[in-house]
Amino acid sequence: MTALEVNGLEKSFGGLRVTAGVSLAVEPGERRLIIGPNGAGKTTLFNLITGELKPDRGAVRLFGRDITRIASRRRPHLGLARTYQIITLFPDDTLLRNVMLSLLGLSRRRWNPVARLDRQSDLIAAAHAALARVRLGHLADRTLTQTAYGERRRVEIAMALAQNPKVLLLDEPFAGLSIDERRDVQELLAAIPREVTIVMIEHDMDVALDFAERITVLHFGEVVVEGSRAEIVSHPRTREIYLGE
Amino acid sequence: MNISLLLAGNSVAFGGLLFLLSAGFALIFGLMRIPNLTHGSLFMLGAYFGTSLIGWGFGFWPAAIVAGLGVAAFGGIVERFLLRRLPGKELAQVLVTLGLSFMIADACLMQWGGDPISIETPPSLRGATLIGKMAAFPTYRLAIVAVAVTVAAALWALMDRTRLGAMIRAGVDDPAMARIVGIRVSLLFTIVFSLGAGLAGFAGVIGGPILSVYPGLDQDMLPLALVVVILGGSGSLVGAFVGSFVVGFLYNFGQAMLPELAYVVLFLPMLIVLVVRPQGLFGRATS
Amino acid sequence: MRRVAIAAALLALATLPFWVGNTYYINIASQILLYAVFALGLNVLVGYAGLVSLGHAGLFGIAAYAGALLVNSGFNHFTAILGALAVTVIAAGLFAVLALRGTGLGFVMITVALGQIVWGVAYRWISITNGDNGVSVTTRPQPLGLSLANAPGFYWATLIVFLVTAAATAVFVASPFGASLRGTRDQPRRMNALGYNVWLIRFLAFLFSGFWSGAAGMLFLYYNQFVSPQVVALTASAEALLMVISGGTATLLGPIAGAALVVIMKNVASAYIERWNFVLGAIFVVIVVFMPEGLVPGSVRLWRWTTARLRPPIAAAPGPAARAREAGE
Repeated sequence: MTALEVNGLEKSFGGLRVTAGVSLAVEPGERRLIIGPNGAGKTTLFNLITGELKPDRGAVRLFGRDITRIASRRRPHLGLARTYQIITLFPDDTLLRNVMLSLLGLSRRRWNPVARLDRQSDLIAAAHAALARVRLGHLADRTLTQTAYGERRRVEIAMALAQNPKVLLLDEPFAGLSIDERRDVQELLAAIPREVTIVMIEHDMDVALDFAERITVLHFGEVVVEGSRAEIVSHPRTREIYLGE
Repeated sequence: MNISLLLAGNSVAFGGLLFLLSAGFALIFGLMRIPNLTHGSLFMLGAYFGTSLIGWGFGFWPAAIVAGLGVAAFGGIVERFLLRRLPGKELAQVLVTLGLSFMIADACLMQWGGDPISIETPPSLRGATLIGKMAAFPTYRLAIVAVAVTVAAALWALMDRTRLGAMIRAGVDDPAMARIVGIRVSLLFTIVFSLGAGLAGFAGVIGGPILSVYPGLDQDMLPLALVVVILGGSGSLVGAFVGSFVVGFLYNFGQAMLPELAYVVLFLPMLIVLVVRPQGLFGRATS
Repeated sequence: MRRVAIAAALLALATLPFWVGNTYYINIASQILLYAVFALGLNVLVGYAGLVSLGHAGLFGIAAYAGALLVNSGFNHFTAILGALAVTVIAAGLFAVLALRGTGLGFVMITVALGQIVWGVAYRWISITNGDNGVSVTTRPQPLGLSLANAPGFYWATLIVFLVTAAATAVFVASPFGASLRGTRDQPRRMNALGYNVWLIRFLAFLFSGFWSGAAGMLFLYYNQFVSPQVVALTASAEALLMVISGGTATLLGPIAGAALVVIMKNVASAYIERWNFVLGAIFVVIVVFMPEGLVPGSVRLWRWTTARLRPPIAAAPGPAARAREAGE
């Protein structure tokens, strides 16, 4: 059984076909990379998988279960988590609070209007642990505005990991990072256990190629090449798309 | 004369007046994306200003035009010095217009007192005109319709035929793109707000002979402008034109036939439109 | 320190009728408290959910009218209060379902339309609401046999309701649900992606907000023993919003301070300043343009700025860590 599967996904905006029939299958534990030039429809594909966009045609399956009709807010409960290209965290809250919100999202406690959030010790401990996992434990009480960009990227990832996902979608996790910061994130990703299947969108070829086992190349909303690292790098179409030959 | 015919006639006249009021509102809403909550008080300000002008010896039509220009200038100042300080923050701008409406209404009360002031119908338009063979209709009300149609035509010419109009339309369709192309959108905002305010002020004087001028006129007129523009489609002058007459009919027939539900008859359609097509009316439809 | 301040404030409030001898000022205090209840309720929506409502006077008024009609139909006060609150919460639910179809400015305009419909019914459906003449109630409730007919008695009853509201709101804000609500204000898309039901969270917040608006409406009814369409006009909703915005939406103290400001200006200042509405509008404009975070945080900011200026400059140069941090950010 595949971890994540999409079949014939199509999406158009007005006259523009952004996703033109994409099918792919990701095995459990796999590290998949989706690359393609700007406008290839990578983020739209993620949005279709998470349910933020409804496909015009096609299906999405999570561990065999058809989730195409399931509301996007239910999918984290089924084990799907994602990070965003643009950091969308809660700017006025501390890092700890940010991660706690992530943890609450899956907990029945989020509906509780009388308990004190600050007294939920198990939640607080779990949030500390989640921050420690991305080596930000020492900044738990800083607000987001007091952290550097690279640190915020790691908080993004911590938020997603805190929900114990089975499938993790990372949208350009290396965007805008310095060399040191990239190394930090790389180590972080390498340390994620195989129980979590990871699909990553990236632009930066060098860093991403280290990470990926299989690579899917998108162009104009279609899958044009798919294969292992070596296959992709030597494929003439990849050269064509990226180097314009 | 047949009561329905009378009502219909009044509805048309009222619709004409509503168009003069709402055209400015529609323009401001379309370009600046804010419901200008000051609009009712600008209408009232123009009306009061008109009464003073007439008191100083101005004729009716000159008073209407001068009042319009005065309110336009006021509008320009408001936009330039207050609204422009809040670029992109539409909600804040709406709240500023709300606060201003309070200030203007109270200032009018201070300046002109609490008693209603009537504006006399211009002498040449008094009395009634015979329509066909059966109906005699107040001439002034027919004049209002004529003025409304004239202003509508002038606005259409402005929007369709002039460079300014083209810039306004560009700004309505896509402000970001308009800026890139070199259109000075901030200046456009000031011009359009002025124009809208001026139309409201002018309309206030025109409406004077029918409505007279009194404290609370602003609160009576603003909701009507709101309903017209929302029913007619924000930013659309054609929509405002059609919507004005629809609301004119709803208002008059509603008052006559269902007096207890008069306002519900007006606001329920507005509510329905807002609820059924919220994105289409407010802000750009985002993909 | 905070606890001492709160305790002192509570003591002052509880004993107010004794150290404010004048009935007029005791009544002002009652008004401040009842509008503070209204403002706290509205702030749940405006400050914590990020949803600006210009129709909340409609809910306030629905409670007052419902209460008045129930009392005048022969029901006892207790039943009337419960009935009015129930009607208000149902109305809040209806408002919410309609208003939540829009976002941002669309939400605001729908609340305006709803408020205007309520006003239209109050003004025109004369057979039920008596139109412009309003509805009177001749008696105030007598909880546990205590009379609320005099100023101090009514003040203490209002104080109790206010304290309940303040406590309930404080608990709500500090709860997981409160944090969820604030999350939907800041990043609704992200909240959805984290598994939250954003619409339902907002809907429930609206009901909570509506309940307190209803409580305030009932207090208003018993205070004035009269309700008229003026209560549900757009200006009334605007005043409520002004209370919330002027005090500051991010704190609990903000709406209370805002309510105090507006009530004092309206009643006391209008004895000295002729035109209350002009001042109200001007304050609105000034706050929105210059102090958008509200008077409470704005004053705090001003205070900090002033005291920072007055403190002597720090002698030592910043250390390497601080310098690096400044360079890196």
